[in-house]
Amino acid sequence: MSKQGVNPDELSQPFWDGANDNKLMIQNCITCNKLQHPPEAECRDCENGELEWKEMSGKGKIYNYVVVYDCPVRTLQEDQPFNVAVVMLDEDPGIQMYSHLPGVPADEVPVGADVEVIFEKLPNGQHVPEWKLTN
Amino acid sequence: MATQNAPQSMYRSEEGLGIWEHRGKVAAVGIGHSPTERRWDGHRDTSVGALSILALRKAMEDAGVTPDQVDGLVITPVTTTGAFWPEEDPLPWDVIKSYNQTDDPLDGIAKLSAEWLLKNMPELTNVKYTQYGPTCMSNALNVASQAVGDGLTNVCLVLKAWHNLPGRYYQSGPNAHDTIQGTPAIRTLWGAPACSGTALQFAEYCRKYGKTHDMMAPFMINSRRNGLMMPEGYWYQHRPEELTAEDYEYARWIAKPANLFDNDIPIMMAGAYLFTTAERAKDMKQKPVYILNHASSEAIPRSLTPTLDEVEAETASTARKIYEGAGITAADLSFENMYDGFPQFHQFHIEGLGYRGIKFGEALDFYQTDISIEGPNPVSPSGGNIGAGRSRVWLHTDSIQQIQGRAGARAVTGVKPEIAVSGGPMPLGGNYTVWSATPD
Repeated sequence: MSKQGVNPDELSQPFWDGANDNKLMIQNCITCNKLQHPPEAECRDCENGELEWKEMSGKGKIYNYVVVYDCPVRTLQEDQPFNVAVVMLDEDPGIQMYSHLPGVPADEVPVGADVEVIFEKLPNGQHVPEWKLTN
Repeated sequence: MATQNAPQSMYRSEEGLGIWEHRGKVAAVGIGHSPTERRWDGHRDTSVGALSILALRKAMEDAGVTPDQVDGLVITPVTTTGAFWPEEDPLPWDVIKSYNQTDDPLDGIAKLSAEWLLKNMPELTNVKYTQYGPTCMSNALNVASQAVGDGLTNVCLVLKAWHNLPGRYYQSGPNAHDTIQGTPAIRTLWGAPACSGTALQFAEYCRKYGKTHDMMAPFMINSRRNGLMMPEGYWYQHRPEELTAEDYEYARWIAKPANLFDNDIPIMMAGAYLFTTAERAKDMKQKPVYILNHASSEAIPRSLTPTLDEVEAETASTARKIYEGAGITAADLSFENMYDGFPQFHQFHIEGLGYRGIKFGEALDFYQTDISIEGPNPVSPSGGNIGAGRSRVWLHTDSIQQIQGRAGARAVTGVKPEIAVSGGPMPLGGNYTVWSATPD
């Protein structure tokens, strides 16, 4: 898939740095002990808790998906149609991540199936978490 | 000081607030619409600023109010349909300079401030109160209702306008770049189009309740039919084409299970209303439509996209707020005009409301029954965004017109139009108004 490159910004830097080290890092509020994703400047619940980054197991389940036929992102248009799946993490099913599910044909997505994280290299060298079906 | 966004305290966003303190004491009287266009042609008189001025003047005229009697202006300053002025394109200085400008040259072209309007509507000599209710008309209506009730303004214009520029929407800006920033990339890197969030919820809905995409067809056909009876709307004015089940079923996919018709068509337009106190409304030209309540949903999903559980919990909560503040029940609704653009969440709204007693998972079956304006269970008589183009205005216009007896060919005949609810947009994050023929 011809994804765009990503330039990490301050808020998301640990997430992207983790991907470059083959680690799935998710923001966590120390006070609430609650994960949140995408990252934010403060805890969504208590708004004043100290935030940390926790490494996840990289295991999850396919929660849902659509098949994209008309993509607004220029670099991806040559790959249409393609899956955009929502993966929920085993550590906390409330935390979602998107995936193209590499290797899964369009519209043949097994909802509920187990998946595990892999790390895909983007055109600018940055890595991004992706997901593949668990064998 | 420049106009500010309304404070959070003006929105009724919690359950348990009881009857709205201004129930029946605020009324909508006048309605004004500009013509619709698919995209801006670059001319002065079709700019979003020009359309806005036209709509505001029509609303005053419709209400029988002179401009000097208006003392309030509530608008939403966001006018984009997803189209932003391209960074590389020269600004349209001939149009910009033909108006009295603010510090922002795109004011009146690709955004709209209250200050721009007042500079270019010199007849509004007594406006003392201005406020923003971004980003939909539904927000602005809630703010205006509260402002009139609180006595901040007595005769208040409310406006929402849209610009649409040449080119495909959402395909410029970061989506056209080779690299993007890290935080937004967590959502956008996978290239899901705008309708994907709703399509995901619809997909889960269909799996959970055993429903199929084609079951939406009666709703889509009904909405287009109603929209073709709305003279203010885009499809009526430019493309008077009925929609068939085959048209809908075989349309190309955008993000399956959302196809072309599961997306509303972006247009240019402006819509305006005139709000005042129930007392003041008695002397105006049109029959007052009383506001029994306004309510808001401020929920945000836990993570990237709302789950069906989150959607259903929030629509149920919203309904409780709507009914509690208005002092009504679902049985009191003559009709509903909940938001529909994307149509695949209209069923979430009406299931949350319990409209005609339907429960979660039952709306698509309900769509297979008589949901026409002639029947006892009218659904979206405005035609909504699907039947009249993306404005997020028609639902309110229709609610007012039905109760005033001014809906023309679109008038509901299977029920007496006495109480209605309209609003949106999203099941998580919306604003709603309850309209009534009587103040009590």
